[in-house]
Amino acid sequence: MSEPTPITPEGVEQAVSEALAAVAEAATVSELKQARSAHAGEGSPLARFNQGLRSVPNDQKAALGKLVGQARGRVNAAIADREAELAVAEEAARLAAEALDVTAVPSRARVGSRHPLSILMERMGDIFIGMGWEIGEGPEVENEWFNFDALNMDADHPARSDQDTFYLAPEERHLLLRTQTSPVQIRSLLGRELPVYVVSPGKTFRKDELDATHLPVFHQIEGIAIDRGLTMAHLRGTLEHLARAMFGAGAQIRLRPNYFPFTEPSAEMDVWQPNAKGGARWVEWGGCGMVNPNVLRAAGVDPDEYQGFAFGLGIERTLQFRNDLNDMRDFAEGDIRFSQQFGMVI
Amino acid sequence: MRVPASWLGEYVGLPEDVSAEHLHAALVRVGFEEEEVIATGISGPVVVGRVLSLEPEPQSNGKTINWCSVDVGPSTGPGHARDIRGIVCGAHNFGVGDKVVVTLPGAVLPGPFPIAARTTYGHVSDGMIASARELGLGEDHAGILRLAEIGLGDAPVGADAIALLGLDDFAVDVNVTPDRGYALSIRGLAREYALSTGAEFRDPAVSLADALEALPEPAGFPVTVADDAPIRGNAGCHGFVARVVRGIDPTRPTPAWMISRLKLAGIRSISLPVDITNYVMIELGQPLHGYDLGTLAGGITVRRARAGETLETLDGVVRALDPEDLVITDDSGPIGLAGVMGGAATEITAVTTDVLIEAAGFDRVSIARTARRHKLPSEASRRFERGVDPAVAAVAAARAAELLVGLAGGTIDELGAVFADVAPTPSILLRDGRAASLIGVDYTADEVRGAIEAIGASVEAVDGGLAVTPPSWRPDLVDDASLVEEVARITGYDRIGSVLPVAPPGRGLTRAQLLRRQVAASLAAAGLTEVLTDPFATDAQAQLFADPAGATVPTVVIANPLDATAANIRTSLVPGLIATAHRNLARGLGDLALFEVGSVARPEAGAEYGVAGALPDAMSRPSGDELAALFASVPPQPRLVSALFVGDTVPRQPGLAAVPAGIADALDAARVVAASVGLELRVEKAAHHALHPGRSAALFAGARRVGYAGELLPAIALEANLPRVVGVLELDLDQVIAAAPELVAASPISGYPAATQDLSLVVTDATAAAGVAAAVAEGAGALLESIRLVDAYRGQGVPEGSVSLTFALRFRADDRTLTAEEATAAKLAGVAVATERTGAAIRD
Repeated sequence: MSEPTPITPEGVEQAVSEALAAVAEAATVSELKQARSAHAGEGSPLARFNQGLRSVPNDQKAALGKLVGQARGRVNAAIADREAELAVAEEAARLAAEALDVTAVPSRARVGSRHPLSILMERMGDIFIGMGWEIGEGPEVENEWFNFDALNMDADHPARSDQDTFYLAPEERHLLLRTQTSPVQIRSLLGRELPVYVVSPGKTFRKDELDATHLPVFHQIEGIAIDRGLTMAHLRGTLEHLARAMFGAGAQIRLRPNYFPFTEPSAEMDVWQPNAKGGARWVEWGGCGMVNPNVLRAAGVDPDEYQGFAFGLGIERTLQFRNDLNDMRDFAEGDIRFSQQFGMVI
Repeated sequence: MRVPASWLGEYVGLPEDVSAEHLHAALVRVGFEEEEVIATGISGPVVVGRVLSLEPEPQSNGKTINWCSVDVGPSTGPGHARDIRGIVCGAHNFGVGDKVVVTLPGAVLPGPFPIAARTTYGHVSDGMIASARELGLGEDHAGILRLAEIGLGDAPVGADAIALLGLDDFAVDVNVTPDRGYALSIRGLAREYALSTGAEFRDPAVSLADALEALPEPAGFPVTVADDAPIRGNAGCHGFVARVVRGIDPTRPTPAWMISRLKLAGIRSISLPVDITNYVMIELGQPLHGYDLGTLAGGITVRRARAGETLETLDGVVRALDPEDLVITDDSGPIGLAGVMGGAATEITAVTTDVLIEAAGFDRVSIARTARRHKLPSEASRRFERGVDPAVAAVAAARAAELLVGLAGGTIDELGAVFADVAPTPSILLRDGRAASLIGVDYTADEVRGAIEAIGASVEAVDGGLAVTPPSWRPDLVDDASLVEEVARITGYDRIGSVLPVAPPGRGLTRAQLLRRQVAASLAAAGLTEVLTDPFATDAQAQLFADPAGATVPTVVIANPLDATAANIRTSLVPGLIATAHRNLARGLGDLALFEVGSVARPEAGAEYGVAGALPDAMSRPSGDELAALFASVPPQPRLVSALFVGDTVPRQPGLAAVPAGIADALDAARVVAASVGLELRVEKAAHHALHPGRSAALFAGARRVGYAGELLPAIALEANLPRVVGVLELDLDQVIAAAPELVAASPISGYPAATQDLSLVVTDATAAAGVAAAVAEGAGALLESIRLVDAYRGQGVPEGSVSLTFALRFRADDRTLTAEEATAAKLAGVAVATERTGAAIRD
């Protein structure tokens, strides 16, 4: 063991200033480590002064101890400061190195979409759910009785011809592809407790060749409300509520006399579309009316006690004029660009 | 129905300046939807001219033109008394002194064909001498129209020829709903216009009925109605009027005003007698037929056709008659398809002098069936199908006879008529307050009665309401609801208010509806695009995915498909997705992740669907048994959710290689579906005849097989013009939802630290990793919180034919911090079970 260096204020000060210079000069964490080991570690001048304290006379111990302690404190503080500075700089350099072009970060998740007709059916269904109605469902392959007979469609009604309706083989067994979602109305009346407030969105079929304005497979939403005291004013109120939810607060409903076997009185409904591209306008929207007493009878409902209204409208048509679409083939062809332009909303 | 304004104006007061917009608006208000506007397309100056001189000038092209000077009326310019025009004309069927129609510069003919002074054949032709065809009055292009030819030789020179020829007119087209047959006539629509506007209506049938009284009724023409097979209990013919006019001049032309009105109404001029029958049909709504009396053998009998009988109809087609067809016959057999089309043999021709006019009433259903059977919709059948006023037949026959005599000469001769005994129309009770309670408008008693009377019904006040007898032309008025519609219609639908009904509290979406939505939304959020595909399938498409083993399954078949090669209702959504994928690929869209939620038809083998025999009567609720049969009559139609993947799931990007689509996407989508209903699906390797034998899995919810996932058999993919690798998934969504827990079984979460360990087990290649994991999990017991396969290694250190599976295990206890020893003991317990079940050995 070497002779302890005599402790002098000058010697201590020199060791401190050498240490501080070395710390300040350290440009990296590893240089700082070296500086720490050389100036604050074992065998460093300050460490030797510290050791030397043991052999100083008692009367000087306090003064010299304070001197050396303060010196070591100054050096250690400088090292800590420098260490923090270097850590910040190194982290900054690392962050700089990790920088990416955030406009070209690889995308690993696909973005999908719903079909706009599905979204529209759900949206319209929700508007009725909000009014306390329920959503009824029924089969697409349907019995003629539900699709025609129970709806007061005469056996010789032209819509029943095989020019217009798809029948299943063998035809005499009375099965068809439903031409409307109205059979669900009959199923609802037969299967539910009165009063009944039901809408039925769904797929329907008519024997039309596919072109820009016709689809053999299309979608409808129909509604039926049977209760005591319902009037045509309730029909209009319901449709107006739907129209406002779909087309904004300025939407209105206009009824014009028309004919359907399942309703009497019957009406064609037009909607005032306040925000149409090209200016507000009336658009033909669907058919409606007060449910024909014969339809109620077929479901076993007493028309003297209960009455109500029904309506039906095309989902494709609604999407067409709501979103300004022309060619109906786009609805059916499944080109992903069509669904994707909507995403999850309409 | 096209309504010429001038014609309408004969029977109802129209405003002086009546416009198409006005007529449409008035008719729309009472329920006749607006279609198009038809104009004659002619505007002036078009005048009567007299040919003053005519000089033939041969031309170098071989034609000879006539250089004419034509007097077109008094001059407005100075110095001349008359306005004389030089006009070049190529036709030769006229001479000096003839009165003709001159279109002067500034006029426009249908086309549109504007007339201007122009230089031609060395002259300035200052107008044009018009042919009937150029004026839209006929097809005759051979020569110019000589006014004397059509009975207008007295017209003053210079007069407005547009008005003279009835060309100053227009028509509006309105849609007549099938319940309002009466409105397929000027008479009917004049009444409706009056109802809408309050204008005065003059019923042409009423004024004609008076004239009818004065007609002679010599010896009766023999008419018999003998329907031995009424359809649905209704006689085929409930009235037949035969009216004979003898000695007409067959060369007389149809007057221009009649041609013009018929043309606006959509009917082409044929000959004067035929035009008259059409004219009266449009006017009164009663279809008429004219026969050349000289060709008839004996009297007329109306009966059903007999098997084997044929008839050549006016269109020259020889038709095999059906015993259900109602026919007009004479002693020779059928001479007309009743209410649909006349026969060729008795057709009126250019030499016909004696005419028999038929005005009959035929059963709607009978005519509709015959028109449909022979694919022969005609103006007549269209009216009969919708109902013709039975009271108007005799009036119409008289009107036609009167027009014939007036326009073609001749004398009215025999009348033959048969009318069935028709029960008087029963009256309908319209209860007081019924209209108000159905429509929601507080109609006064006067309003209700006024509206009902306005439509022509007779009304009698009875106790509690009105006894209403509908007019003869309104077979659609059958109950009080139909009368209420009339009240609402006549007083205006715009009076109906708007009241939102209060439904009883609803239960919201059903659980199945909610979960179906959630499935679709989750798949879309997971990057799939929803499409709607064609539900019709070829035989091959219907069989391909219906049964995993490829057994032939029964399908639901359309009897009258649009495309005979795709007559099945789909049994799977995958063929539709394949076709849709192909369409997208053809449009340059190569990376596809498609899904569809939809129903299919899966009839059970041996089951017969539908119902035999007649359907239950719909005038009352069917019996419980009948209803049960109806409900059971439709085949099972499960809802499926299916997905298809082609191309890259993750496309190539900077610093990232492409991730190609395949079975992994299909299984991921299955997991998304399962998670969105709160279910876990078990994956098992299982063969499917349409899938890659090494890349196909069956999916189970509990013990129930609910679908499959895999990659298409490459041959099938390539056959469909898709890339070799196509990932597919199909799940029975109804079953998936049925298997999903009603209630989530939740437990508290332990906050103690986890102990994680890795485990490598060597198994044979054929061992399913999921089975090894399940065995480990079972053996490790409750302490094992999670097991995840992190590596499957083959190669050095692992025997040939084996694989080393590395699992990451996470252990945790509910009540303490686990020691490493406890975790290891649990792990080894798991290994023991795996070893016993799968022969797994810990890799050293």
